[in-house]
Amino acid sequence: MTSYAGEPAYAGTSLGAGDVLRRCREEGRAALVGYLPVGFPDVETSVRAVEVLVESGVDIVEVGIPYSDPLMDGSVIQNAAARALAGGVRVADVFTATAAVRAKGAPPLVMTYWNLVLRMGVDTFADRLAAAGGAGLITPDLVPDEAGDWIAASERTGLDRVFLVAPSSTEERLAWVTSSCRGFVYAASTMGVTGARTAVGGGAKELVERTKAVTDLPVCVGLGVSNGQQAAEVASFADGVIVGSALVACLTDREPEEGLAALSTLTRELAEGVRNRR
Amino acid sequence: MTEGRFGDFGGRYVPEALIPALEQLDEARSKAMVDPAFLGELERLHRTYTGRPSIITEVPRFAAYCGGARVILKREDLNHTGSHKINNVLAQALLTQRMGKTRVIAETGAGQHGVATATAAALLGLECRIYMGRVDTERQALNVARMKMLGAEVVPVSHGSATLKDAINEALRDWVTNVENTHYLIGTVTGPHPFPEMVRDFHRIIGVEARAQVLDLTGRLPDAVIACVGGGSNAMGIFHRFIDDPGVRLIGVEAGGSGIESGRHAARFASAEPGVLHGTFSYLMQDEDGQTIESHSISAGLDYPSVGPEHSFLRDSGRAEYLYATDEQAMRAFELLCKTEGIIPALESAHALAGAMMVGTDLGPEALLLVNLSGRGDKDVHTAAEWFGLLDEEAGS
Repeated sequence: MTSYAGEPAYAGTSLGAGDVLRRCREEGRAALVGYLPVGFPDVETSVRAVEVLVESGVDIVEVGIPYSDPLMDGSVIQNAAARALAGGVRVADVFTATAAVRAKGAPPLVMTYWNLVLRMGVDTFADRLAAAGGAGLITPDLVPDEAGDWIAASERTGLDRVFLVAPSSTEERLAWVTSSCRGFVYAASTMGVTGARTAVGGGAKELVERTKAVTDLPVCVGLGVSNGQQAAEVASFADGVIVGSALVACLTDREPEEGLAALSTLTRELAEGVRNRR
Repeated sequence: MTEGRFGDFGGRYVPEALIPALEQLDEARSKAMVDPAFLGELERLHRTYTGRPSIITEVPRFAAYCGGARVILKREDLNHTGSHKINNVLAQALLTQRMGKTRVIAETGAGQHGVATATAAALLGLECRIYMGRVDTERQALNVARMKMLGAEVVPVSHGSATLKDAINEALRDWVTNVENTHYLIGTVTGPHPFPEMVRDFHRIIGVEARAQVLDLTGRLPDAVIACVGGGSNAMGIFHRFIDDPGVRLIGVEAGGSGIESGRHAARFASAEPGVLHGTFSYLMQDEDGQTIESHSISAGLDYPSVGPEHSFLRDSGRAEYLYATDEQAMRAFELLCKTEGIIPALESAHALAGAMMVGTDLGPEALLLVNLSGRGDKDVHTAAEWFGLLDEEAGS
């Protein structure tokens, strides 16, 4: 594995997202997957925040990279990304966060818009991510049809590839997309962008069922979950519950310490939720 | 995968949620383009509503500033709504109906595409929402009023730089959410496949008409076809029919803003490297990390950090050449066309005119230049008046 000067190399186990999801399944519960962007409100606090996620019960961490044009995100994550970029966050800062998550014992996946990977070079990005304890990539604006380079790089490095399926996906697309995934499948439960919603919607369950009909991979549900009750609801039919905007909101308009405390409280509630399937 | 690619450029870098809609659109437009009923209806609308064919005008007094070359303008400025935009908009609005959708959304920078979309929506009874950067709604207040008059809802976008690229982000977010009943009527030859190819095909009529008109008038093909390039729809429209004419140079003119060295420009080919923005892989103004860099131009319609992928292909393959004109050069050409020919061009088109001045000076009096006058300058009178200091203190607020 290539090592990069100044970057925290991780030499521990390389537990993947799939391993954790299997373990959760054996425990008879869903996994809690938490998202936070690196660099918000600043790099140091964001690294502590992903550590707090793991300490408070998140099983798999998605570390986002702030992007200038986040077209899949609602206003909470858009504003966090804008603030992080204004604060000078760099793409390479994500590797500090993944190493921190890994050191806490959870697999870190990086969630990123594709141009940031393309710009660094797909192979270089994959090598650096693997060297920094990363478990893989979630790619909201990259479909497998365009992912030849990434599929080759992830085969070479053993990183997970998480592509998204949506309620609008046809049966053919579901089969094709899931056959390209490794680790788990990300089911975007509602049509729309990220952001907390009052109701998760019946579409999520249907999408999970349709997805499970074509793959044996675990299916995690994202977009809209914001509290323990919703987490329990989604945990009844999904292998993992993904929470993003609601966690980001904990760090919004708060002093770092206060934000981290709020983050811990919400994470514990969500972790309890995924253990109380309804 | 080669479908939807121009060499390495193009593709479909979008969320999975949009893929089915893109496939539906691809199928609908493929069927429509060979369906006499669709083509007949579009032809009828162009004849009775748009005002096609648009004329060509020879401009000898302006040509004196182009090295004495013979200069002919293709007059897309005379179309209904004042620019070439209506060609694409009417066709996509008809497609929207054929797909059984009832609502269109669009992005707009200067407001030309927004006005054209609102117009087509009014004509065909479609619900219409236009996304426009807040900065642009302020500098183009008249076009905002025009869109509202036509029955469209105009949504100012305050995120990011609050200009065209952010309006596109917001339109894409709307589309992901409402794709079932909504068509995203993209206004230029960019975005995910099939948009670049489809929008080019809907504008191809510009070059088809112009080629025949120039042959008819002069008995020969032009030495160069010149057009401004923002996203690049008017340029692809006039270039495409000439691609297989090896003696005809295709010359795109980008916005040089305050000059390349200033960093405040939209001359992608002069400075940028390929990357992905808004669903397509093309030349892109981006920083070392791949974050989009904001572009700058006096012309809102050219003020975009990326460019249609087919232009990137034509550029790298050498079939087309790309120059840039600074704000200053474009405003000089703007003023000259007004004063020598009595035609007020759009600021975008003024860049093509500035390109003609450079190319004509280079080629000399034997040359024949065809320039796409993509739009008229009514919308730009305020900006131009400010530039030339024609507004006095009291009236100029």
